[in-house]
Amino acid sequence: MTLFVRPNPSSGIPIYLQLMQQVKHAVETGALKPGDQLPGIRPLAEELVINSNTIAKVYRELEHEGVVELRQGSGAFVSQNARARRLAETFRAGRSLMVSTVERLRERGVSEDEIRRLFEAAVAGGRRRAGGRNA
Amino acid sequence: MPDAAVIETSGLEKTYDGVPALRGLDIHVPAGSICGLLGRNGAGKTTTLKILLGMARPTGGTARVFGAPADSPQASVEIRRRVGFVSEEKDLYGSMSVDEIIRFTATFFPRWRTDLEERFVRRFELPRDRKVKALSRGTRTKLALLLALCRGAELLLLDEPTSGLDPAMAEDVLRALVGEVADGRTTILFSSHQITEVDQIADRVAVVDRGRAVLSGPLDELKEGFRRVRLVFDGDAPVPAFRSPGVRRVRRDGAVLSLLTSGGADAVLDEARTLHPVSVDVTPLTLKEIFLETTTED
Repeated sequence: MTLFVRPNPSSGIPIYLQLMQQVKHAVETGALKPGDQLPGIRPLAEELVINSNTIAKVYRELEHEGVVELRQGSGAFVSQNARARRLAETFRAGRSLMVSTVERLRERGVSEDEIRRLFEAAVAGGRRRAGGRNA
Repeated sequence: MPDAAVIETSGLEKTYDGVPALRGLDIHVPAGSICGLLGRNGAGKTTTLKILLGMARPTGGTARVFGAPADSPQASVEIRRRVGFVSEEKDLYGSMSVDEIIRFTATFFPRWRTDLEERFVRRFELPRDRKVKALSRGTRTKLALLLALCRGAELLLLDEPTSGLDPAMAEDVLRALVGEVADGRTTILFSSHQITEVDQIADRVAVVDRGRAVLSGPLDELKEGFRRVRLVFDGDAPVPAFRSPGVRRVRRDGAVLSLLTSGGADAVLDEARTLHPVSVDVTPLTLKEIFLETTTED
């Protein structure tokens, strides 16, 4: 299965977090749809050459977060409301990222008006990069 | 079944002719885990493996495998039936062919896994008719691994299993190890200088330094505990006097103060903020850096 990219053990981010992020990203983009089955623990461990306990942990944590369902004897499946949950989670993370960025700019003496201008420019820049699709 | 310890040592000591090789080693390897044994040359890794196999007797402390004392002759026989060992020497009967040595070894193990034998002969591309002494180093390692795995061993003790192997062969070996543990019937303790490999497949680590375990436990937790903290000040950095435990290697360089902390970065950060730095950067350490930090040149 080409869904997973080999995690980097030396990146500073624990392997299990990297894999969880990969699954969540796949759910957000629709590469994984509700009801899709994730690879079995052993085949995935052998494909990525990482510890199967790590993969078991990934699936457990994802179940805990409601992204997947573990069905006894069958495996792990993307849960029905996974995408909605992911988008809500992304929004929450986005909000806290925004708050901390604004805070850091303020600490450096950037005025509120300048912060707004920076934000507008960033959003517009994103729009342009996306080829004006969202204009 | 809860985390039964397949290997448990407590205050393990071993002295050879007045030279202490182990000075009170405590390690714990639960069932179903892959534990990496790291340490500089001469730190005591091979001695530890020998004691676990009953090939050397401790001079103090205890070592238990499957709950039984490793130095009891009766228990040792039983232990060795359930353990597969692959060592650096990879001593195999040179004049036998691959097939002959497999057949020979199989006669000692009634639970020989012929299904695994087929699978690994194919996957490792072992030439059944070739004599062992004519095999390349990498192929000999793979053969040794096959012999250890096919006996249905519940515990594999491996001394540098990928040393001398090219990256592709090493990856084959790692893949086989990971696959065996995935079925939940096998536990692995392997010593290695390839820290990247330990990072990749181990879920536990024991770092041995001068006969003691300076670090031991789940790999993720160990890495969580270590952080590099970099503080930049407006003007010269103050002379630090950190009271938090676990602060190591503090360096002052003009406006920058950098330190390593092993456990409790939060307490260190609280102290750091009272010094009013202009910026605070916290980054993780790689396993290699942690290893270099916690072990010493003899």
